[in-house]
Amino acid sequence: MDKGNVWKFGDDIDTDAIIPGRYLTINDPKELAKHVFEGVRPEFARDVAKGDIIVVGKNFGCGSSREHAPLALKGAGIYCVIAKSFARIFFRNAINIGLPVLECEEADSISEGDALKIDFKKGIIENETKREKYQVASMPEFIMGIIGSDGLIKYTKALIKTQKRG
Amino acid sequence: MSGQTISEKIFSRAANKVIHAGEFAFASVDCAMANDITAPLAVQGFNEILAGQKEKKVWDPKKVVIVFDHQAPADSLNAANIHIMLRKFAKEQNIINYDVCEGICHQIMVEKGHVKPGELIVGADSHTCTYGALGAFATGIGSTDMASVLATGRLWFKAPQSIRFEISGRLPDRVCAKDVILHIIGDVGADGASYQACEYAGPTVKDMDISERMTLCNMAIEMGAKAGIVEPDKKTETYLKERISGFNFGPFRSDGDANYIQRREYDVSELEPQVACPHNVDNVKSVSKVEGTKIDQIFIGSCTNGRVDDLKVVADILEGNKIAEGVRVIIILASKDEYMKALKAGFIETFIGAGAAVGAPCCGPCMGGSFGLLGDGEVGLATSNRNFKGRQGSTKAFVYLCSPATAAASALRGKITDPRTI
Ligand code: SF4
Repeated sequence: MDKGNVWKFGDDIDTDAIIPGRYLTINDPKELAKHVFEGVRPEFARDVAKGDIIVVGKNFGCGSSREHAPLALKGAGIYCVIAKSFARIFFRNAINIGLPVLECEEADSISEGDALKIDFKKGIIENETKREKYQVASMPEFIMGIIGSDGLIKYTKALIKTQKRG
Repeated sequence: MSGQTISEKIFSRAANKVIHAGEFAFASVDCAMANDITAPLAVQGFNEILAGQKEKKVWDPKKVVIVFDHQAPADSLNAANIHIMLRKFAKEQNIINYDVCEGICHQIMVEKGHVKPGELIVGADSHTCTYGALGAFATGIGSTDMASVLATGRLWFKAPQSIRFEISGRLPDRVCAKDVILHIIGDVGADGASYQACEYAGPTVKDMDISERMTLCNMAIEMGAKAGIVEPDKKTETYLKERISGFNFGPFRSDGDANYIQRREYDVSELEPQVACPHNVDNVKSVSKVEGTKIDQIFIGSCTNGRVDDLKVVADILEGNKIAEGVRVIIILASKDEYMKALKAGFIETFIGAGAAVGAPCCGPCMGGSFGLLGDGEVGLATSNRNFKGRQGSTKAFVYLCSPATAAASALRGKITDPRTI
């Protein structure tokens, strides 16, 4: 179980809003994090704390396939993104770089500043502020494995060490 | 438990257990494709994964295909150096490498027999969904994904829900598969099929050739879909028997009681030619609404509509005519094989005679990476699949998308023209 405080955003947040195109030559997550949500919420990069959680509406991360978007969130210390739905490529990219993402139909019940506790194995989000619980689909073990290994490259690397390829 | 869609069946086979929509699985892919834009980063990730290993080999060299098409022939020093690096990688790894002059990755994958019904195929390019025309589940992935596939041949997936599109009615003269898919995209919207597989079915689709089915599947991504797919049938079998010796037809079709998230029905017997207007693919109107719009450049080609079947319609309309003054027409076949067919049929002579520029097979102006760009304030008409701001050159240009027939008719008048009036 881990917990964090909520930053709330709306629907259809695109990858340009998460990290504008002019920063795509940067690859270091910490550097990217200085510009995350720059155009839409300038105070975010300054005030975000390690372990915070982003809660959004539908179609989060739509637009380009840039992996810089989840990297910037991870660099900012974001611990998990909870959305009603994600754009497909963002969803994959987030998991591949080791950023947990959860789909939750009840995301609207969560408010800015709420304190959440998340049990990934059981698929339970506990809203300590509102004293509510939301059930989400639990993450399969291998997805948790990818996230736990800090992303697909390291996960695959470890996998190859333990298994014969082919 | 209900039956399965064709997509669920393909994932079940690839993951070696029964899978229904929404479930996650680690699955083995049957083939992986990357092009000259996406392969470099995938190769870099691959090297990272295998750093420190004695054996630095891709999982199966016969199942990896690298195609040079986006920047081919090399259009910059940067591209030339990327091609050198990839040629070397392909040679060392003994993997399949189609060099400049062969054509667009998606056309090559289908026509060279790298795709079979029931297979799970990934490509580091969003239009990989094109291969669903042969009854494969094919989807676009990112560079990190591809790096991992190159190393292991496996990848994680969430099996998608499917939308079933039942299409019926005989298409009117000079109304094409492209008009059908533009109409559907306008109806469903740019994120209307996010995450999902678009399964195209019904008598109209059964009547379509593989080339037309490719046009339908190609643009599934323009609705946010993960894949487009058509159940394989006699036409698929004939197409593949000509290309793969000893080809065996698998039992991949959707069960009658399979679960769909949505079923949509379309009668296309009175469909008008369709045009996607700037700057979104789902901003679709009937041609009559935009007729007369003046055009500076027409591009006929791409993985959506660059095959000889598309060009036949164009040749029919251009034959013996001249392209209007003030409009430039660029025609690019999707592959060398398609080019040869067009050459033998006399189409190339017709095009050049009418005043068009005919290029060697490649992506061309489609993604605005190399030649054939639109300048500030210019208006382009294209048979390709995206009209986002800046996609074909200047961010101050305007791009309309249409069928090959509409493009050819518009070439003769220099403005958007209903092909049924020519
Ligand atoms: S023709 Fe256009 S859409 Fe097709 S692969 Fe090339 S750039 Fe992409």
